[in-house]
Amino acid sequence: MTRYRAAPAATLRIVLLDVLTLVYHRASGITHVVDSPVPEMIEVLGGVPLTLDETLAALAAVHDLIDPDRNALAARLDELVAAGLVEAV
Amino acid sequence: MRHSTQLRIGPVGFRVGSDWRAPVALLDDLYRDYPPPQDDIPDFNVRLFAARFWRRWLRPSVQIGGDFVIPDAAPLPLAQGLLAAEMAMNLQMALGQRRYLLLHASAVERDGKALLMTGESGAGKSTLAALLMTRGWRLLGDEFVLLDPAAGMVHGFPRLISLKNEAIGVIEREAKGGRWGPLLEGTPKGAIRHLVPDVRSIAAMEQPATPALVLFPSFGFEGAEREVFPSECFVRLTQASTNYVTLGEAGFDALTGLVRGLPARAIDYPDTKTAIATVERLWGELA
Amino acid sequence: MSGALLAQMLRDPASVEALDASGWTGLLAAARAEQLIGTLAWRVEGLAMPEAARRVLEDARATVEQGRLVALWEAEMARRALAPAGMPVVLLKGTAFVAAGLSAGQGRQIGDLDILVPRERIEEAEAALIAAGWEWVKPDPYDDDYYRRWMHELPPLIHRERDRMIDVHHTILPLTARITPDAAALIDSGVALENGLLVLPPEGMVVHAAAHLFADGDLQGGLRNLWDIRCLTDEFGGTEFELKLAACAALHGLTREVERALRLSDHLFGEGADLTLADRLYVRRLLARDGWGRPTRKLTEFAFYLRGHWLRMPPLMLLQHLWTKWRKGYRPAG
Repeated sequence: MTRYRAAPAATLRIVLLDVLTLVYHRASGITHVVDSPVPEMIEVLGGVPLTLDETLAALAAVHDLIDPDRNALAARLDELVAAGLVEAV
Repeated sequence: MRHSTQLRIGPVGFRVGSDWRAPVALLDDLYRDYPPPQDDIPDFNVRLFAARFWRRWLRPSVQIGGDFVIPDAAPLPLAQGLLAAEMAMNLQMALGQRRYLLLHASAVERDGKALLMTGESGAGKSTLAALLMTRGWRLLGDEFVLLDPAAGMVHGFPRLISLKNEAIGVIEREAKGGRWGPLLEGTPKGAIRHLVPDVRSIAAMEQPATPALVLFPSFGFEGAEREVFPSECFVRLTQASTNYVTLGEAGFDALTGLVRGLPARAIDYPDTKTAIATVERLWGELA
Repeated sequence: MSGALLAQMLRDPASVEALDASGWTGLLAAARAEQLIGTLAWRVEGLAMPEAARRVLEDARATVEQGRLVALWEAEMARRALAPAGMPVVLLKGTAFVAAGLSAGQGRQIGDLDILVPRERIEEAEAALIAAGWEWVKPDPYDDDYYRRWMHELPPLIHRERDRMIDVHHTILPLTARITPDAAALIDSGVALENGLLVLPPEGMVVHAAAHLFADGDLQGGLRNLWDIRCLTDEFGGTEFELKLAACAALHGLTREVERALRLSDHLFGEGADLTLADRLYVRRLLARDGWGRPTRKLTEFAFYLRGHWLRMPPLMLLQHLWTKWRKGYRPAG
């Protein structure tokens, strides 16, 4: 079962500007320009590695997700893995 | 290299070598009031050379070389040698500048505060900067603005102002007593003429300024303006920077620091008279 | 000649204190041209120099530091892409030096990521990298064909988002070369880093650098290669290392190349060496840079370019290859 974990918090500089959030990833030197739910996903995955369903549950519990769509979350996770902000372990 | 010269623009020193005398003679003349590189050691080297030895004399054409190059750059005819030299120095800045965050913008200064203007080619940033210079603003630069990550100040890079096509006539009328380079026709961008920044701008070259207002001008539209929020400002400025990524975390800090306090407006303008009036008004309101 | 000046300053950094403005200008231009300005910055740090020189070198150090970070990240992303396949992945060249914390990595400018994988797993590696966002640098079908059949690596891949290149090798010299190293033995000898990626043992790194320097190309970047070798032999040197190095070189049929590399390295950066006639020609070529950082001695350069190709391909193939290239208007970089 694939589990996901976010880059360690110490490697992330997160700056909230008005409508967008900037994430500078120290380990890669890449600046990511992101919007919800990415900052929330990074937060929720900042501890023990979680499966897709566990991530969905954690997000729903901590934030008011209007429509928890499993497929959409899977797609977002894949994007974050490709970007290096999340690792599949 | 048969002919060479050295000069400093803002904090950056250049050594320019050339297979022909003419471009170097022009640089020596137009940049005569500029200081030499610090300690006579340039930050960047630029070469204007003949790709094949016969190109020195037969339909002479100038290839650009230097510390930093892009492959397969097309040569320019010798008559446009000054343009080749300017392009070559710009290239060193674009590819090799590392100490300052480089923004592709023009800038002018008043009372120690800087007005930045950035946008696509043809938006008029060089023209507006030149006009403001004729109206008593100090020119920081028409092409590059240097943001110091340590202190957040902007430093000038007052190279020769590059004016194109219709803008040439406009500024020729406004810049009384201006010193000009030759009119270069048939360049890849049409007609180009270089204006030497005024004595005051050259003399104040080393004084930085505090960023106070950034404008995103668009030429050729009905007068309009809208507020630009920090997030859009950040994204647009990274697109206008060739070295944001190279500077790493320092670049991130410099740019986020800049956009978070800086008023920003997008302005559309139908003519330069409207633009200048809008600029002066917004400066009074926001800077 | 600024090439010689650069070599001298690297050998004996304290001598920069005697340079005048013109000397510094030529030195910095040559260092940039040889991709050694970061190395120079490390070697002369703290010595007395004009402020302008100090500033240029400080900027070079900062650039190299950021470059190091980016290179290690590329290695990490390649690791993540290839980990599920469970194949050994050996880092090569600059990335290996910095990943292993070697002195050869200090101030080193790093370009592409170079990795070595087993030949029989290379298609798998290709597929995994493409799935993770790498794509082909648009190939010329002729080059592509040639690459796959004869070269020692896949055609270059570049990452779609990060815009960084990766070179996936299955041996260290092209299959058409006259010398055929034992790739499997190289991989077997790999030393594991904390993250599971491998690097060659120091003697393997020297052998690879020597192979790369002479047999793999036209001596572009040769001075830096020799500096790498100098750092490696300095850090690990001694009788035991010399024996391992000799054995490794012999195993891969590169004894002559390694011995030549050591002589040149000693001559340029060390106590001096007894050079052969051919060695002297190499030295001329390696130091051929003027005060503007331009390569001088064009005739020697073309001879090396040709020789580089000759070593890679049997003469008949070479003729055919060069003919096709020239018909397309390709010329070696001037």
